[in-house]
Amino acid sequence: MTGLLDVVGAVLVLLGALLALAAAIGLLRLPDVLSRMHAATKPQTAGLVLVVVGAALLLRTSVDTWMLVLVGAFQLITAPVTAHLVGRLAYRSGGVREDLLHRDDLADREDDPAR
Amino acid sequence: MSLASVLLTVALAILGLSLLLVLGRFVLGPSALDRLVALDALVAVIMCGLMAQVALSRDSAIVPTIVAVSLVGFLGSSTVARFVGRKRSGGGS
Repeated sequence: MTGLLDVVGAVLVLLGALLALAAAIGLLRLPDVLSRMHAATKPQTAGLVLVVVGAALLLRTSVDTWMLVLVGAFQLITAPVTAHLVGRLAYRSGGVREDLLHRDDLADREDDPAR
Repeated sequence: MSLASVLLTVALAILGLSLLLVLGRFVLGPSALDRLVALDALVAVIMCGLMAQVALSRDSAIVPTIVAVSLVGFLGSSTVARFVGRKRSGGGS
């Protein structure tokens, strides 16, 4: 039974690593800051949660499992906060390429301090 | 070398490759925000690498450091994000 759990945990860690690789490739290839931010948060956080579950399966003691769950939960909470900060800054300081946008919802806002 | 440790070694190699790619974006990044996004991804890749190493070597002494790395990574990137746009908005907001 333990051999099976080890293999399942290792496969999950491998999938998480592949997602991290996809995030890194997306970070390199995408055109502007906002799309790179998508690459750096979504697959990266999903990969990290997969690695957390895989490592928890491999380390079957309850202390480590709960600490790894804490790591995963914390990353799931902070990644959107950081992405929001970066996104707001990128929009205001010109990180957004206008030619790539189909529709700019914030274009007609008057109360934007930077405008 | 059981199957699990072979898979974990391959995972560590893939994480090393993605670390190099993220460092590539960090070097190439035209604006400071690209570097900030790359640093955030760098912290997450380092955490994945630490967890894969914990899974491979089965010693659970490293797990508290992973929690610390994730805290510091978040604080670092949110602080940098707070001050990166400063020079354009003239210290107003």
